[in-house]
Amino acid sequence: MKKHDLRYFFHEGISNMFSHGFMSFAAVGITIACLLIMGTFSLVAVNANANLQSLQRQSVVLAFIDETYTEAQEQDLQKKIEGIDNVRDVTFVSRESALTTYVEQYGEDEELFRELEPEIFRDRFSIHLKDLEDMQETADAIRALPGIAKVRADEDLSQGFLTVSRIATIVCVALIAVLLAVSLFIMSNTIKLTTFDRKDEIAIMKMVGATDGFIRWPFVYEGLLLGLFSSLIAFFLQWVLYAAIAAGINASDTLQLLDLLAFTELWPVVLAAFVVVGLLVGIAGSLMAIRKFLRV
Amino acid sequence: MIWMKDVEKRYANGARAVNGISLEIEDGEFVFLVGPSGSGKSTIIKMLTGEIAPTTGRININGYNMNNITSRQIPFMRRTIGVIFQDFRLLEKKNVYENMVFAMRAVGAPPAEVRRRIPYVLELVGLENKTRRLPGELSGGEQQRVAIARALVNNPETIIADEPTGNLDPERSFEIMSLLERINDLGTTMLVVTHEKDLVNRFSKRVIALEKGRVVSDRRGSYYMN
Repeated sequence: MKKHDLRYFFHEGISNMFSHGFMSFAAVGITIACLLIMGTFSLVAVNANANLQSLQRQSVVLAFIDETYTEAQEQDLQKKIEGIDNVRDVTFVSRESALTTYVEQYGEDEELFRELEPEIFRDRFSIHLKDLEDMQETADAIRALPGIAKVRADEDLSQGFLTVSRIATIVCVALIAVLLAVSLFIMSNTIKLTTFDRKDEIAIMKMVGATDGFIRWPFVYEGLLLGLFSSLIAFFLQWVLYAAIAAGINASDTLQLLDLLAFTELWPVVLAAFVVVGLLVGIAGSLMAIRKFLRV
Repeated sequence: MIWMKDVEKRYANGARAVNGISLEIEDGEFVFLVGPSGSGKSTIIKMLTGEIAPTTGRININGYNMNNITSRQIPFMRRTIGVIFQDFRLLEKKNVYENMVFAMRAVGAPPAEVRRRIPYVLELVGLENKTRRLPGELSGGEQQRVAIARALVNNPETIIADEPTGNLDPERSFEIMSLLERINDLGTTMLVVTHEKDLVNRFSKRVIALEKGRVVSDRRGSYYMN
């Protein structure tokens, strides 16, 4: 492709965009709306996943130690637990420390439990796992170690986390795929309307001997520019929307428990995703739209 | 050069638009193609411009064999032909100069060539003072001159004019035909499709008459079928 052709395609792309202002505005508006909906769903999914992961990290397996075990034996036992595949870290919790944590849970009623003796508790290991999916097998492996009196692992809860996480991911991916297809369809039809408006230009170009490639390029540039504009505007709107939602959640007593990721952590990925999707929708939409008019 | 041998065209509905036509038009000739509606004139033009393919027979135009031309070659074949229509088909949002630029840029002409060629062609058709006018600001005759200039701007070997004077009064029609004759004198092959008996008779040219998809007359001089 020659340099003057490139300049021409770019100039035609921009000039077409402005000379069909209303249709361009419609295409940009629709793409922004679709990007915003997709972006919002994706950010909800990302935050839900982050909160679930945080909950997963807090999920522990407790292994109670045989009361007859000495300190040296307990240290030896800790090493054995650390050697199990799925174990991320092991913390020794003494019966005194367990009592303190227990009493603290009762807040204002703390006083009622002050008289408890540490002897009613056992020394234990608090164990974090690498993968909650294998919690059952890991708990069985810990249970089988000599010196472990009892293991408490909430398999149902961990399975619940995993199920919720999987469903959330599937729903979000499906929604994003549907919205992407809808955006592509709408963008293609919007550009098809502008193309229909310009079918005379295309017919004249064909008549004087323009190749299909040459006819296609200005439309590709137009789609590219529309996609780029849409993605940049959608990105800033998404930022504003996210900030507003975050402020709303922080102001709410119940929703405050949700730990929202800061947009400053997310913006490079959001921007890249919006630009890629915007360009994809713009270019693919243009190519789909013009295909019909080239069959002359 | 245009060469057709035993060309037939049948449409999907069974209608036979062209029925075994053979003809030859030499480089630099001026030919009128005449005939009543439905005689096959438009079908011949569509076959010559590569819009449709013949059902049987052979066609060669400016060195391109239309029987085995590929879709990639068609644009290059079209660059050897300039087409003029009855309804001008100008871009209403572009002025005269921009209509010319559009036609030249569409075939990848470099800017320097565009700047050099357009003033020459606009002067040839007598529109050098109206370059900034929009088509809507011009008379019918002037619009057809713009269409002729556009057909000419890429320097084609052949110009095919489909009822170029159909929308014009007799005086403007004569001017346009005289302009086409002048362009033909410069060496461009001219094939003009028309209904206008009086106009054809005023120019002493080769006239090919069609009826029901067949050539019924092919003579030189001011002849027109009754």
